[in-house]
Amino acid sequence: MQQKAEFDQRVQEALNNPQLRSNFRIAMDGLMEKRSNAFPDKSFMEELRVLGSKIRANALAKQPELLEQLEANCTRNGIQVHWAETIEQANRIVLEIMERHNATRMIKGKSMVSEEMEMNHFLEAQGKSCIESDLGEYIIQLDHETPSHIIAPAIHKSKQEIAKLFKAKHPDIPYSEDIETMTRSARQVLRSKFYEAEIGLSGVNFAVAETGTLCLVENEGNGRMCTTVPPVHIAVTGIEKVLEKLSDVPPLLKLLTRSASGQHISTYFNMISSPRKPGERDGPKEVHLVLLDNQRSKIYEDDELFDSLRCIRCGACMNHCPVYTRIGGHAYGSLIPGPIGSCIEPQKFGLDKFGVLPTASTLCGACGEVCPVKIPLPKLLHRLRYEQVRDDHTGATNGQGSQRSGKEAMIWKLWSWAHANPAVYRSGTRLASLFRGAIPNKIGPWTRVRTAPKIAPKSLHQLAREEGFDHE
Amino acid sequence: MSKARDNILARLRARNAEKPPVDLDRGFNSPDWNRQQRIELFCKAMRSVRTEVHRVTAADWPEQLAKLVKEKQLKNLLYAPAGPLAEKIESAWRAGEELPELVTREVDVDGWKEELFFDIDAAITSTRSAIAEVGAMILWPTPEEPRTFSLVPPVHIAVVEADKLHNTFADAIANENWQDGMPTNALLISGPSKSADIEQTLAYGVHGPVELIVLLIE
Ligand code: SF4
Repeated sequence: MQQKAEFDQRVQEALNNPQLRSNFRIAMDGLMEKRSNAFPDKSFMEELRVLGSKIRANALAKQPELLEQLEANCTRNGIQVHWAETIEQANRIVLEIMERHNATRMIKGKSMVSEEMEMNHFLEAQGKSCIESDLGEYIIQLDHETPSHIIAPAIHKSKQEIAKLFKAKHPDIPYSEDIETMTRSARQVLRSKFYEAEIGLSGVNFAVAETGTLCLVENEGNGRMCTTVPPVHIAVTGIEKVLEKLSDVPPLLKLLTRSASGQHISTYFNMISSPRKPGERDGPKEVHLVLLDNQRSKIYEDDELFDSLRCIRCGACMNHCPVYTRIGGHAYGSLIPGPIGSCIEPQKFGLDKFGVLPTASTLCGACGEVCPVKIPLPKLLHRLRYEQVRDDHTGATNGQGSQRSGKEAMIWKLWSWAHANPAVYRSGTRLASLFRGAIPNKIGPWTRVRTAPKIAPKSLHQLAREEGFDHE
Repeated sequence: MSKARDNILARLRARNAEKPPVDLDRGFNSPDWNRQQRIELFCKAMRSVRTEVHRVTAADWPEQLAKLVKEKQLKNLLYAPAGPLAEKIESAWRAGEELPELVTREVDVDGWKEELFFDIDAAITSTRSAIAEVGAMILWPTPEEPRTFSLVPPVHIAVVEADKLHNTFADAIANENWQDGMPTNALLISGPSKSADIEQTLAYGVHGPVELIVLLIE
């Protein structure tokens, strides 16, 4: 129960922080409005979502073949493909590449998989420097924080907080709270980092098996810098990102940018299919692709939960979640917050560690309604709630049954027994109405924010009988 | 690491046989737009993200370019002397006066990276085609016009031919048969670089060009 106590405390802290709450409220309202404006035609949106979900489902259904095809085509194009079952293996692969090049300076584009790997931490312990170049990631790196949103990592900070941070870290740059000025000063600082870096690291949004192409979606140009300027480019990605055909890309790109930020298209869509070829004058001379499993193949085993692998990481589910918008990303205590995080993280790290997350949902359904690839998030959260208390040991989910409490199980057993026995049920309700006055006004956490329930003097059955319905 | 590969694939395969195939109809409908509509859509979408679009003709664009760079008081302009635009740019520069210095470096970028990063004001490139629906240009950089031209200098000037406007991205891929062979790098560019990472407020000019200028040849 420790995870629950810690989670509750983080939630309390977040709820009691008015600055944090207003930062999230304003940002999430903005993102919801932008998304809604980007889909003025609801039937067009629905058609596109159906197509998007089928494209992802098709790619997952054929995943092993597509990964082999991706590997073959990348290799043919000159991209070196590496496989990692665990984050330790993935980090080692990256380190070995750096050491082979005697490299110490890495510049990074935005990559949630590298966050999942805790790559910065690992490489820094080996004496390497890793600089985040996405503006949001750069800000949180300066403050030694983790992302609070998968698309907008520094969304929990106000511009005043960022201005103070910049002043503390770059005393020579004049203090400014103007967003464009701050953005330009980050440009200034990072220019020389791009220039010096020996290794560029990026994530991947889609990996196309048909042509061996890695696709990156971005607005800042830092992704292009990381994949173009340094002599070596390493792309890290989860194995689920593979797509079958190039023609699968446009519908997903449309869904991704509109759902994430209401853009019809991102500023850049960067498609990389090979390292620098003879005669070409720039671009990395080596390109590596690291394919990370880290429990994804385990999630793949369950025919229902594997739908969570369709995710294209747009962030819409968190933007629309009444829980996320109030508590923010850090309260979850997991790398990926919000509904999709509550779905994926417990499956990856075990329900014993993150089992509390699926309960951090009102099951209002908003996440499932906005998800561009139609992941039935509420259904999956519900399923995980079941997984953590079942004790038949048949499912594949890590930490299954870990939140089962003997007391709770006993109460439910009694409950169903009483409901299945008319005599017990009748005397039970009679007793309850008889002693209705004895129910205390305070019953634990339930009455902290609610009034205690009052049992009616007469049960529904009794009323029905008095009205002359003799058959229940 | 081939053990990792085999283990991952084996785990996926163990369950894969049971995954039913998905009935996926990829057929797409291209909108029925004419040339003029494509031009209007393209200009509107590009301008909405702060791209400066100039509608020009095949005959007058070099002059327009010269006028523009002069107005902007650029110090220099990087171009590709072996690229498709070279001849016209050079003749416009011969005719013009007090124009920014034309810069060309016909060696690998590694050899003059510092200059590219810190001394070049602007670069001009051609484009392969463009997308009307969302307002994006398609670039397949070449040895003559390398990838960094459209990325590193603060101003990027691009020449787009209206005849090469596709309706959608899907049309571009299908009409140009991209699946038959992808280049080292294919790019869609829709505006100057930007970020909304601070308070979801848009700020232009992050790591890529601060300004994007499009000369659309009609
Ligand atoms: S689950 Fe759906 S809505 Fe949430 S991030 Fe993934 S794709 Fe977007």
